[in-house]
Amino acid sequence: MSPRQLTFHIFRYNPETPKNEPATQTYDLQEEPGMTLFIALNKIREEQDPTLKFDFVCRAGICGSCGMLINGRPTLACKTLTKDLPKDVTLMPLPVFKLLGDLSVDTGTWFRVVSLRTEAWIHTDKTFRPDAQEDRMDNETALKIYEVERCIECGCCIGGCATANIKPDFIGAAGVNRVARFMIDPRDERDEQEYFDVVGSEDGIFGCVGLMACDDNCPIGIPLQGQLAYVRRKMALAGWKR
Amino acid sequence: MSRYDVFNSDVIIVGAGLAGERAAIEAASQGLNVIILSLVPPRRSHSSAAQGGMQASLANSAMGKGDNPDVHFADTVKGSDWGCDQDVARLFAETAPIAVRQMAFWGVPWNRVVAGKRMYDGKEIEEDPEKEGLIAARNFGGTAKWRTCYTADGTGHTLLYTMDSVVIKLGITVHDRTEVLSLIHDGVRCSGVVARCLRTGKLRVYTAKSTVMATGGYGRLYGASTNAIINEGSGMFVALETGIVPLGNMEAVQFHPTGIVPTWILITEGARGDGGYLLDKDLHRFMPDYEPNKKELASRDVVSRRIMQHIRKGYGVESPYGAHVWLDIRHLGEKHINTNLREIANICRNFAGIDPIRDLIPVRPTQHYSMGGIRTNIDGMAYGLEGLFALGEAACWDMHGFNRLGGNSLAETIVAGMIVGDKIAKYTKETSLHISSALIEEQVKFQEDRIQALIHCRNGKENVYQLRREMEQILSEHVGIFRSEQPLKKAVAQLHELHQRSFRVGLRSGGQGGDPELASALRITGMIRLAYCIAAGALARQESRGSHFREDYPKRDDENWLKRTLAYWPVGSDQPELKYEPVKITELPPGDRGYGEASTQAAKAAP
Repeated sequence: MSPRQLTFHIFRYNPETPKNEPATQTYDLQEEPGMTLFIALNKIREEQDPTLKFDFVCRAGICGSCGMLINGRPTLACKTLTKDLPKDVTLMPLPVFKLLGDLSVDTGTWFRVVSLRTEAWIHTDKTFRPDAQEDRMDNETALKIYEVERCIECGCCIGGCATANIKPDFIGAAGVNRVARFMIDPRDERDEQEYFDVVGSEDGIFGCVGLMACDDNCPIGIPLQGQLAYVRRKMALAGWKR
Repeated sequence: MSRYDVFNSDVIIVGAGLAGERAAIEAASQGLNVIILSLVPPRRSHSSAAQGGMQASLANSAMGKGDNPDVHFADTVKGSDWGCDQDVARLFAETAPIAVRQMAFWGVPWNRVVAGKRMYDGKEIEEDPEKEGLIAARNFGGTAKWRTCYTADGTGHTLLYTMDSVVIKLGITVHDRTEVLSLIHDGVRCSGVVARCLRTGKLRVYTAKSTVMATGGYGRLYGASTNAIINEGSGMFVALETGIVPLGNMEAVQFHPTGIVPTWILITEGARGDGGYLLDKDLHRFMPDYEPNKKELASRDVVSRRIMQHIRKGYGVESPYGAHVWLDIRHLGEKHINTNLREIANICRNFAGIDPIRDLIPVRPTQHYSMGGIRTNIDGMAYGLEGLFALGEAACWDMHGFNRLGGNSLAETIVAGMIVGDKIAKYTKETSLHISSALIEEQVKFQEDRIQALIHCRNGKENVYQLRREMEQILSEHVGIFRSEQPLKKAVAQLHELHQRSFRVGLRSGGQGGDPELASALRITGMIRLAYCIAAGALARQESRGSHFREDYPKRDDENWLKRTLAYWPVGSDQPELKYEPVKITELPPGDRGYGEASTQAAKAAP
């Protein structure tokens, strides 16, 4: 079988030059065996258009840099094989996040702000003692924390979230999941009222309207529906006790 | 509008991976004002991709019983093939347990000891109920004890996210999407950096009492590397280009035994540590033939060479991407693979279309780690310039010598972050910033001229991507696992020419704003210089030591070569200048590693 000729329709806009209006640019590329969008986009940049902007770092589905809308669905470009796509491929930047240019968006700043707002670090009154043995933890608990901690902050759940698209301060599934990670961690000494203060609002867990696109779109398969339900239940109880 | 923005702080740290962030935490905790610069958001740094684990002699697991820093020290020195500084290796091994426990305190969900019996490679292991709930360890190559602490196979991810949570908690300033172009220095003291904003393309000046390079390795000089695409060695060449800061042991390049074919994404050593086998085209487990004691878990340099040796004998599996061998983890079972080795199962499924629960994984040795880097003293201060520090993979501290053990790189980033971070803080508190505005002007002007020359193709129209591919090709072909004089001479000659051509690069993109082609063009000369240092160092070193294997000099030669290469690049020169210094031997005199070609214990009659 002769290789397919792929046609990429890619969103182009540079906020630094607002006079040039957003547009879709088309590039033709011959498909190769095992081709991912990482390979395809770099080929386009190196051989056809050196101005094209996009973000990759690990190219292995680990770092979360390359979230974009691929034929309308938010997912990681690096682990998307062209053989799983039709011959016409439309690439758009993730919505919600600040556009830096073409397919590049500022997920880094967005997630940093959410980390600060949710105080996403271990809260404890203890001090570290270098000479002491570590506190014990049940291995099952450790695995449970890791399951949630696996979020790579790619922003696919945010880009595909109806609420996040209309409410600029909504922390989304990734933000709620991050809070859940600390809630189940026995090292974090916050009580439920303290968690309520950071996540018990319309911009937190109560902003979620339950469409669950986040759960469908998570490229690494974190059970976001369960996490949202867990935090919602805990916070509903905490709110009721106020 | 001003031509450039200026920022001032006590400490400027370049690189927001584990090493940079840990040093930042140390300095900020001591009351200093710190700015971290990073090419990418901190959590995207390549530290996050480390899968396997972090070595520390906690001795909690049954197979780690009797472990202590002395054993860890000895493993590290043997692993380095006696190329490391033993005072540094000692300091490292003593501090690693504290580093692991502190990361637990900050939130890392380390896997924990579960009491009871289980089978491993045909043997029964029984975990002590007394140790239940303490931090567990897995088996890694080149270690006498099970010492590698881990969180499933996402250890780097959990360490980096935890470290970054502390950075956020402390309110440390991070400027991401910022690339350093040069150091500001007067030949004696370093006073900051000139950088470029990758969002807008605007130049920036950062002045500081201490400047810290924590930019990671240079894997991407090689075409086939497990490394993230940002690992282009920028911190190293920026230091090299001062002309007075040397790079240590650049010829010491680690090839990881198991990069997946053909995307070269890493399959963690944990896969073999947890009991995986290497098989040849006849599905024969060949490692025990070569290394009867350590089998698949000899040090990485040895396993990589054994694989290539076996392939050369005709036992490789042919493929369009060259011959490879198989990694077999099927016998570990679905539950283990889907929990403790989940990331690699995903990589196999997503990038190779195979399921390691049922299928064999095609693997081949792939560039993975740079033992060499900015040469520093034991305090982490760079040779040649006061106020310049380096740590992590960017540095040659030097605890890895000619081969790094798996699990010792994550450990180094955090341990060095603690130790060097403290030295940085002490130095910074005792120093004051004196910097001439003329010096800053001169540095900025130099970068502005370079950028204008590239944009207007003033020196030529060489294509940066073409040059880059040629550089990758030269290194992969001539400066790989097996080295010898003729190919290395060819590499040096070709890199010499490529270096000259790099001055004639011109852009096709116009180079406006945060243009990606301009960013590549600004790096290319520096990258070729690093490649040149690697090839020249490898050509000069007429012995085999650790990862540096010369087919024409297959033996380690302690009489002539028990020394470290220091590569300088004098300003205006068209080639590097090599010098040497002795390695520090404080405890363990050179001897047999217990594995590898020189070992009497390794099989004499491998097929």
